[in-house]
Amino acid sequence: MAATAEALSVIASRPGGLRRVLRLATSDGFALAGTLIYLVLILVAIFADQIATHDPTQILFGARGRIARNLPISFDHLLGTTHGGRDIFSQLVMGSRSAVTIGLTAAFFVVLIGTLLGLVSGYFGGWIDAIVMRFADIVLGLPFLPFVIVLSALSRPGTVTIVFAVAVLLWPNTARVIRSQVLSLRERSYVEAARVTGCSTARIIFVHIAPGILPLSFTYGSIAVGWAILTEASASFLGFGDPRVISWGGMLQDAFSSQALSRGAWNWFVPPGLCIVLVVLAGFFISRGYEEILFPKLRD
Amino acid sequence: MRLVLSRLASGLFVLWAVVTLCFLMFRLMPGDPTLNYIEPTMTEEQRQDMLRAFGLDRPLHEQYVLYLLNLVQGNLGQSFLHGRPVLELVLDAFPLTVVLTLSALVIAYVFGIIAGAWLAWNRGRASEAVAIPLVLATRAAPEFWLGMLMLAAFAFALGWFPSGGAATAGEDHSSLLARLTSADFLHHLVLPAATLAVYLQGLPLLLMRSTMLEVMQDEFVTMARMKGLSEWTIVMRHAARNALLPVATAFALGVGGSVGGNVVIETVFAWPGLGRMLVSAVQGADYPLAQGAFLLIAAVLVVMNIIADLLYAVLDPRVSHGRHG
Repeated sequence: MAATAEALSVIASRPGGLRRVLRLATSDGFALAGTLIYLVLILVAIFADQIATHDPTQILFGARGRIARNLPISFDHLLGTTHGGRDIFSQLVMGSRSAVTIGLTAAFFVVLIGTLLGLVSGYFGGWIDAIVMRFADIVLGLPFLPFVIVLSALSRPGTVTIVFAVAVLLWPNTARVIRSQVLSLRERSYVEAARVTGCSTARIIFVHIAPGILPLSFTYGSIAVGWAILTEASASFLGFGDPRVISWGGMLQDAFSSQALSRGAWNWFVPPGLCIVLVVLAGFFISRGYEEILFPKLRD
Repeated sequence: MRLVLSRLASGLFVLWAVVTLCFLMFRLMPGDPTLNYIEPTMTEEQRQDMLRAFGLDRPLHEQYVLYLLNLVQGNLGQSFLHGRPVLELVLDAFPLTVVLTLSALVIAYVFGIIAGAWLAWNRGRASEAVAIPLVLATRAAPEFWLGMLMLAAFAFALGWFPSGGAATAGEDHSSLLARLTSADFLHHLVLPAATLAVYLQGLPLLLMRSTMLEVMQDEFVTMARMKGLSEWTIVMRHAARNALLPVATAFALGVGGSVGGNVVIETVFAWPGLGRMLVSAVQGADYPLAQGAFLLIAAVLVVMNIIADLLYAVLDPRVSHGRHG
């Protein structure tokens, strides 16, 4: 733990460290667009209470005490209301919170597990490497969504299960890429020099090698954010989400099961989907490693 | 040959590990594992029979051996909801999933390869700046949402296609083949296959584009150019051919991946395939059926992974055959 803390402070204090991450985020138009989308998302999530026009869970009533169901777009209801008489715009705004929570926590764990295992496996090689990579093979043999569904059914459906499943299933992609990067870094002369001067193994890994792979971890993290949000949406849609949490996937499930499609209530089922697309796309834009996103296997 | 054997061995190892994990998942979850397998409405006698049949009255390691033995013999137990053997149900649903997956993959790859080559050709032009984000957006969209948009537009607003299922009620066919080639079935297939294809085309497209760009810089392309061949001949005969290798590998991986990923598409379109069977089995607490469907989906994924691995190793002379792992 001490080594990790030391490593973090070293990375942060190093002149190129933080700046490199920033430069990665602003190096081209795509990445800039992605960063802006993330920024807006986080701001909306923070100020959701102020932005929402209604209580998203409250059933609204119109004149003569009727439930205000399936209202079209108007000034009172910026995106209309649901079949249950709830304000769609407010739900959309609140949904950003679960997107941020799930996206960031899942990405954090994917990056943490993937980076640590990739570092260890690449640096030590031998049987440690063999074991870690065998585990990666096994995980890649698990069908993604079916695994999430079965896990949700056998334990407790909800946010924690989804974050856990995403972390367990996505770390191999990160670990494989980090590992191959470490394989080349550990042969560099400055690492050799550190070894000769008697640096501890932990110090070499966290101080000399880790900073070199940080941008890569960051890249994979931004993809994992998108994957986590997509997974949550799919799980909610299939009925394995947390019913007490308002999420974009849950909104789509609500719309689908309330026959919004046959009623042509585009104002209900288009916005949540667009929000998901934008956020996931932002991650792709930031990472820019198209092939790696889509098929890490082909690139090792 | 040794390479092929080692890939096969590691593939079999993964298959065994997944099967074992499945056993542990369904039996080691909190709560009484027998509750997962035994229905409350069963008589005591039925309950005892069932316990014995699955060996649930024995210690865990014996249960595991029994589970493997049952699996090898194709005995996956009885479905609670349908009252039929799981194997039968799963094999009934399987062809529908395969037809959906393959037709979508073929559309996606034909389109993706052509469009990808075209984009590589047009590198740096305005069309690229529009096309790439658009393609990425199709990858970023939840599959079920694409399906919902398709349904709202083409099934409900325009009424061109049925809104779900794989057959009109009352249709009856003499054989599976007759059913799968009937006009009614194909009419039902269009929307789900198109949705899946929209989702899947991004991968071959981007892959084709990037490998084409790489290949175009190879020496043999320069050579062909020096021979005075037309650009079209160079692209088609020299560059595209060599760029197809990773795309072929991706196709094999795509079959395995999307058989499992079809879960949501099949649910949106009420397509009676394996994925929907898994979802409804899990929702109905029909654990033998859920386990059977999960195992088959996982097996397809692992087998296709092995095939993709072999394909890549055999087709690409640049892959060093001496390397282990």
